[in-house]
Amino acid sequence: MDLADLLEIAETQRTKQKPTRVHCCTSTGCRAARSLEVLHNLKSATEAAGLQDQVEVVGVGCSGFCGRGPLVEIDPKNVLYEEVKPEDAASIIDTLKGGTATATQGDLNHPFFSRQLKIVRQHSGKLDPESIEEYIAVGGYRSLYKALYEMSPAEVVEEITKSGLRGRGGGGYPTGLKWATVAKMPGDQKYVICNGDEGDPGAFMDRSVLESDPHLVLEGMAIAGYAVGANHGFIYVRAEYPLAIQRLQKAIQQAKKYGLLGSQIFDSHFDFKVDIRIGAGAFVCGEETALIQSIEGGRGNPRTRPPYPAQSGLWECPTLINNVESFANITAIIREGSEWYASIGTEKSKGTKIFALTGKIRNNGLIEVPMGITLREIVEEMGGGVPDGEVKAVQTGGPSGGCIPASLLDTPVDYDSLMAIGSMMGSGGMVVMDQTTNMVEVAQFYMEFCRGESCGKCIPCRAGTVQLYGMLTRLLKKQATQADLEKLKDLCYMVKETSLCGLGMSAPNPVLSTLRYFTEEYEALLQPPAYLNGKVTAGSVENSEL
Amino acid sequence: MSVKTLKIDNKDIAIEEGATILQAAQENGIPIPTLCHLEGVTDVGACRLCLVEIKGTNRLLPACVTEVAEGMEIQTNTEKLQEYRKMTVELLFSEGNHICAVCVANGNCELQDVAIQVGMDHTRFTYRFPDRGVDMSHELFGIDHNRCILCTRCVRVCDEIEGAHVWDVAMRGAACYIVSGLNQPWGEVDACTSCGKCVDACPTGSIFRKGETTAEKERDRAKLEFLVNAREKHQWTR
Ligand SMILES: Cc1cc2nc3c(=O)[nH]c(=O)nc-3n(C[C@H](O)[C@H](O)[C@H](O)COP(=O)(O)O)c2cc1C
Ligand code: SF4
Ligand code: SF4
Ligand code: SF4
Ligand code: FES
Ligand code: FES
Repeated sequence: MDLADLLEIAETQRTKQKPTRVHCCTSTGCRAARSLEVLHNLKSATEAAGLQDQVEVVGVGCSGFCGRGPLVEIDPKNVLYEEVKPEDAASIIDTLKGGTATATQGDLNHPFFSRQLKIVRQHSGKLDPESIEEYIAVGGYRSLYKALYEMSPAEVVEEITKSGLRGRGGGGYPTGLKWATVAKMPGDQKYVICNGDEGDPGAFMDRSVLESDPHLVLEGMAIAGYAVGANHGFIYVRAEYPLAIQRLQKAIQQAKKYGLLGSQIFDSHFDFKVDIRIGAGAFVCGEETALIQSIEGGRGNPRTRPPYPAQSGLWECPTLINNVESFANITAIIREGSEWYASIGTEKSKGTKIFALTGKIRNNGLIEVPMGITLREIVEEMGGGVPDGEVKAVQTGGPSGGCIPASLLDTPVDYDSLMAIGSMMGSGGMVVMDQTTNMVEVAQFYMEFCRGESCGKCIPCRAGTVQLYGMLTRLLKKQATQADLEKLKDLCYMVKETSLCGLGMSAPNPVLSTLRYFTEEYEALLQPPAYLNGKVTAGSVENSEL
Repeated sequence: MSVKTLKIDNKDIAIEEGATILQAAQENGIPIPTLCHLEGVTDVGACRLCLVEIKGTNRLLPACVTEVAEGMEIQTNTEKLQEYRKMTVELLFSEGNHICAVCVANGNCELQDVAIQVGMDHTRFTYRFPDRGVDMSHELFGIDHNRCILCTRCVRVCDEIEGAHVWDVAMRGAACYIVSGLNQPWGEVDACTSCGKCVDACPTGSIFRKGETTAEKERDRAKLEFLVNAREKHQWTR
């Protein structure tokens, strides 16, 4: 395979494509609402209408408006149908001959769509994720070719550094700096790991990218391998994501067949193979050192850092570990250049970020927005606001993040602004809450999650989250006094400052942020100091909870 | 061998490169409480008792796994550290069932020692009185999970010194417990050589010799050191 071969595949694929494409989402969300039946019916309706020469029905990945799935889109007519039922299929095909569809038509000019800026998800929902040819037809694997033949590894690292890309897995560590560190480490054997564990409750950004455009991630990993000097990559996906795993497997096979993964990629001296590792689905296995232990076949426990994986990671070799979305940004940066990428976003947060917008909001789904957009623009304009009532708070960053009150909705969405108000970007969960939400219950919900997901290795997290959960429960049962509230705060800081890994260190964040902005809700639950005398016996709450 | 100079609690200290802060402190008579650390096996940094403050970082770092560096300025006993250590021990006491008066390790227990060291006299947290088991299936020894603090010293000693890997940790979070073999009764684990190293390694009354009654447990701590020396330095006599 050389560049000419690649271009030929692209050309053949483009000429093969029929003038009209009917896109039907076949990702997990829409599948759950019978989209495979819709796809099947669309295909048979096309045949029945005798349109098979001009119209191609394609099962595509997720376009993001999952809350209204199954989605069917007609390209290039730019018409979108929502909540399509299998029996609507024939009428949709009928519209191509002037008929009217029985399914609801969506508004593609709605801010939900028009305010998005798609880099990672540019082709999601438009390509058949199981066809490498479709990916190549839209320019796929060109960036890998460019990196291999027009750039030195150091230049690739430099380009990523200059782009300003920061890790999309939550922490926001500068990606270029991480690549440079691994690249500079001595040693022949290095690894690249793609973190597709995605354990945050409510988050499905990474799953969607893997299901909708698997080659985009593989190409990003291969470029990373070339840049840091690694010839072996692992992609760690949780077992709850069978469709993502299946599509990745298929994509790896296809790429190997074309010589785009494996030995001597593009007939160069660069070898890069990718293996999938399936995780059992523990939140803590998203922590990089735990993930590494898990790939090695051990118990997924975090270990103390340093040494960082960049110095000593998988089998003690220098290891680059990045999130799915981080890797999915790479091809665009190599293709369009770092300057272009750095022109998007804010001064310190470049590019776009995908969010899973959910909760009490009209338009649920995945959105990709430029950094710096305000929470208000996302929630009110794109999300269409709360169906009945007002926004009370927006939770970002999942169990590691915090609740942002409505008064701060004008905060721009970037790493540092969110951090400054006690929340964080996290991996992209964004839950909108309305006036009916009890913030102490929200804190309790996330604490329950962390309590259950703690690996149990270190005491502050293992035992502290249990106590914090118990304290929140007692508060909610109106069995706590002011002194208990002080104790709650003290323990939050202790767990945050003394835990071994990020899970424990951030577990108190939802409590601290709700305490900061909604203190009165905590105080309203308190009892007078004399309350405890003789009324509640120690352990009465937690024992029933354990 | 190169030497690093640093300050611990304002005291000037010189120590060989590669040493941990804990080693540097211990060599110089500066006490830092520990529970999961055991001389001779790898450190895991799990109990968080040995956390120290280092000038220039806002994170607290475990002395047992943090290497010394030139010019480090370390504080081992600030008010914050004292408070956090006390809470850590309190959390441990409320997590298990520690009824010292009827424990084989009473008076000879590192958890008690640490409690005294950090000045803990009661716990502010709710006792959880968990319902955990006792396994008496082994001919010579027993394990009472109620007194286990999950320090994994038994796990590491058995794996790294005896080479049998009888022990491991099962489940996660509050549900964690120490398992023998493939979650079998200890007595049925063929890999167990009955060497008793786990008994010597256990800091509490959790793993004990059968027949030991209240306040009877004694450990042969020097045995482990002897074995490590024998292996590494070929000193075969005590
Ligand atoms: C408890 C915990 C869970 C995490 N889960 C994930 C995850 O599911 N996916 C992910 O990419 N990063 C996760 N992270 C962050 C990773 O450890 C790591 O920082 C990240 O994958 C690095 O990639 P990036 O620099 O591209 O963000 C988690 C961290 C912690 C502490
Ligand atoms: S902080 Fe929690 S998850 Fe992390 S090592 Fe400690 S117990 Fe395990
Ligand atoms: S192990 Fe025994 S002596 Fe030690 S604290 Fe627990 S009950 Fe007390
Ligand atoms: S049995 Fe003893 S040595 Fe083993 S983990 Fe429990 S307390 Fe530690
Ligand atoms: S799953 Fe179908 S649009 Fe997202
Ligand atoms: S002795 Fe260092 S963490 Fe336990």
